[in-house]
Amino acid sequence: MSPQSLDTAPALVVDNLRKTYGNGVEALKGISLTVQPGDFFALLGPNGAGKSTLIGILSSLVNSTSGDARVFGVSVNKDRSAAMRLIGLVPQEINFNQFEKPFDICVNEAGFYGIPRKIAIERAEKYLKELRLWDKAQMQARTLSGGMKRRLMIARAMMNEPKLLILDEPTAGVDIEIRRSMWQFVSAINAAGTTVILTTHYLEEAESLCRNIAIIDHGTIIENTSMKRLLATLDVETFMLDVASMPTELPTLPNVGLRRRDDHTLEAEMARSHDLNSLFAALSAHGITVTSMRNKTNRLEELFVRLVEGGRNGSPQEQAA
Amino acid sequence: MSNAAANLVALNTLVRREIARIMRIWTQTLIPPAITMTLYFVIFGKLIGSRIGNIAGGFTYMQYIVPGLVMMSIITNSYGNISSSFFGAKFSRAVEEMLVSPMPNWVILLGYVAGAVARGLVVGILVLLIALFFTSLHVMHPLITFASVLLGATIFSLAGFVNAVYAKKFDDIALVPTFILTPLTYLGGVFYSVNMLGEPWQAISRANPILYMVNAFRFGVLGISDVNVGVAFVVMIGFVVALSIVALQLLKRGVGLRS
Repeated sequence: MSPQSLDTAPALVVDNLRKTYGNGVEALKGISLTVQPGDFFALLGPNGAGKSTLIGILSSLVNSTSGDARVFGVSVNKDRSAAMRLIGLVPQEINFNQFEKPFDICVNEAGFYGIPRKIAIERAEKYLKELRLWDKAQMQARTLSGGMKRRLMIARAMMNEPKLLILDEPTAGVDIEIRRSMWQFVSAINAAGTTVILTTHYLEEAESLCRNIAIIDHGTIIENTSMKRLLATLDVETFMLDVASMPTELPTLPNVGLRRRDDHTLEAEMARSHDLNSLFAALSAHGITVTSMRNKTNRLEELFVRLVEGGRNGSPQEQAA
Repeated sequence: MSNAAANLVALNTLVRREIARIMRIWTQTLIPPAITMTLYFVIFGKLIGSRIGNIAGGFTYMQYIVPGLVMMSIITNSYGNISSSFFGAKFSRAVEEMLVSPMPNWVILLGYVAGAVARGLVVGILVLLIALFFTSLHVMHPLITFASVLLGATIFSLAGFVNAVYAKKFDDIALVPTFILTPLTYLGGVFYSVNMLGEPWQAISRANPILYMVNAFRFGVLGISDVNVGVAFVVMIGFVVALSIVALQLLKRGVGLRS
């Protein structure tokens, strides 16, 4: 692969990839997708959908049954070593030797990629500092907190300065502050040109960070589009309304589904085309004063549930449209 | 950076990491074999051996068993090092660090084998130094001594690697040393000359690969052997080649490592 083709090829091309495990489970049923260089790409799906199998094939931990994946034009099947040099992987589960020191874990990782020790030491310091782990660099990794271990895996994945960084649920079980600092770091890396593929169950993360998205379920891609276009398909929005006093009986309003959540909160589900002024006017006419309001859930979560449930009922695309 | 240079860096990293592991847990990796062998020297060599007198080639029993015990500690420690280190990496999933890297399979295998051989050699030197407190030794054939140590350690490193690849739980890496390695070692001419056995036990003993390692090493140190040294080296090289092929095939197929 010449340097020129590395610059022009898509970051990832997955071509009719299939995986059937030895026990007969068909984890991937011929999926295809393309990720462009510099993208921040969300790969979403319920548990057991095939996300981890796909990431396993990309990182060569899982052997595909047929099909291929190309990382910046380099085939994972035909030139595994060259493809792996382009990838950094942050796996779902902790997979470093917990008796080693974070500094050694990072330096050794670089060594496995053929990076000379002097450069490896410089990079280990750089990324451990950027991920706020430098003061723990010489402690045994098992003494780190869960959030620190996750950040260590990001630092480790950066040691070969990959062109494609794959993050498999990197924030699972991490508190909000650490999660935000992790996303700041990954966003900066993405802004500097690294392509990022993210799987997460925190859909608000995917919604705020990712520009393009694929949703996978039962081994098939049920949606693959831009985040903007996907969110635009959402035709219903749900608001939580805090009210000054709750009426004894809820009024029936045209085009709005009104439900009581508790003594001071109403839930209003309405078409996105329906304007909020008329809702407030109607509520006011029934003596209900709204003191504040917020979205019930993030929009992507609603779409995700709808697409996955739609897929199970047989026609996901129709329901997403 | 060329692939060859990158592979060399990767190999150096892996060997360095393995040696760091050995040194980090030196109380488990280096001290126990030294204590065990000291007990062998005291009990079998000194207390019982002094009543046996000369055993073969004019050597005392203590001098006779030193090469066998050194080789025994080398092969058991090489085997134990690689099986526990590689299975530990599998168990903790740290092996994935290597599997997702560009490192070719032969570098992974060579790195682990080099680490295991290094532990075997360090333990062997420790045991040899302890032996010098009990008896005097003059190495007759240094090159044969070194070659037999290297081949013996390599064979059992490769065997330990294969064991670790197949192992699914820690019990699995203890089974082979307990039920196969230890009996073969004790019956491999460490404590006696197989020429002392009658038939069919002498013929059965010659099917034991450890017999060839112990005797090649004994020939290197004392200049005496129960088997033809040339045959011993052919057997050892044959085992190295066969086990290397098996280990590389297991890595290529990803047995126990890749889904």
